[in-house]
Amino acid sequence: MYEGLMLTSQNDVDFMIHGLFSYNFFGQELWITTSHVYLLIVVISLIIFFIVGGQVFRKADKIPGVFQNILELIVEFLDGIVKGSMGRNADGFKNYIGVLFIFILFSNISGLFGLRPPTADYGVTLPLGIITFMLIHINQFRFNSIGSIWKDMCSPLPPWLPIWLPINIISEIAVPISLSLRLFANVLSGTVMMALVYGLLKWIAVIWPAALHAYFDLFSGAIQTYVFCMLTMTYINNAIGEREDVAKEEGI
Amino acid sequence: MEFNESFILGCSAIGAGLAVIAGIGPGVGQGIAAGYGASAVGRNPGAKGDIMSTMLLGQAVAETTGLYGLLIAMLLLFVKPLI
Repeated sequence: MYEGLMLTSQNDVDFMIHGLFSYNFFGQELWITTSHVYLLIVVISLIIFFIVGGQVFRKADKIPGVFQNILELIVEFLDGIVKGSMGRNADGFKNYIGVLFIFILFSNISGLFGLRPPTADYGVTLPLGIITFMLIHINQFRFNSIGSIWKDMCSPLPPWLPIWLPINIISEIAVPISLSLRLFANVLSGTVMMALVYGLLKWIAVIWPAALHAYFDLFSGAIQTYVFCMLTMTYINNAIGEREDVAKEEGI
Repeated sequence: MEFNESFILGCSAIGAGLAVIAGIGPGVGQGIAAGYGASAVGRNPGAKGDIMSTMLLGQAVAETTGLYGLLIAMLLLFVKPLI
């Protein structure tokens, strides 16, 4: 009766995650879904890319070839954005932010190759947000004393009057949720839009969807990658704060 | 009083349409940010790279509230929590 409302049933519009097979995990039924498979494809191609890149760098030339040139460009760009936004604290985070950037970028643009982007699954972006949350608080406790953290959490009011504490705690918890939801919803909206174009227009959608792909997959994906990494770095840098102990710098 | 499924689905569709109105706010905000970015580039063309990256970062953060509305609409249409 109401099947006309469900786009997925009558037409060919399909952007959902499909379960492949289920298994039993301590009495709980869990599913291996298509987003696991696509995530695996992205990760395996990245691992191959990294292994080949490592081999190239092992016998690097003074006069770089084409592939070595591209790799150096990528590494210099990533190091540059980390250095630009974290300044003195950059050294310990260059590797993590670089890997995060490349992973999210490849996940977002995998829609170009006919995959459903793995980042359009909230189960992929929430762990990324939680890793950022853990990094923020581990670094806060590593570089600040307990007293200054307490003072920071009671921030607008003096530290002996912790009325503002619950509100600050809620705003800390909101950080990973808003980070992950932003990435998820952006990629999902692109995926839904492309599925609608291909599913409802059928033979009319021939060549011109390439422009939509360029916007939704390339431009939007790259912007969201940049924003995720930038916000991660800004939050971590704020949590570290002013460091008096520059002598401890090598121990990040 | 008993409601049948098609009534609930129709109301969910209306609610999804209302939720997407949340896109007005980010549209206005992003436009303002882009306008000020353009005037900043006009005043200081040398700092174009920094202005662009700051503007895009701010716009992407401002977009979040609109995306929350979109998420609510999607939940109402495809997950159908009210049935």
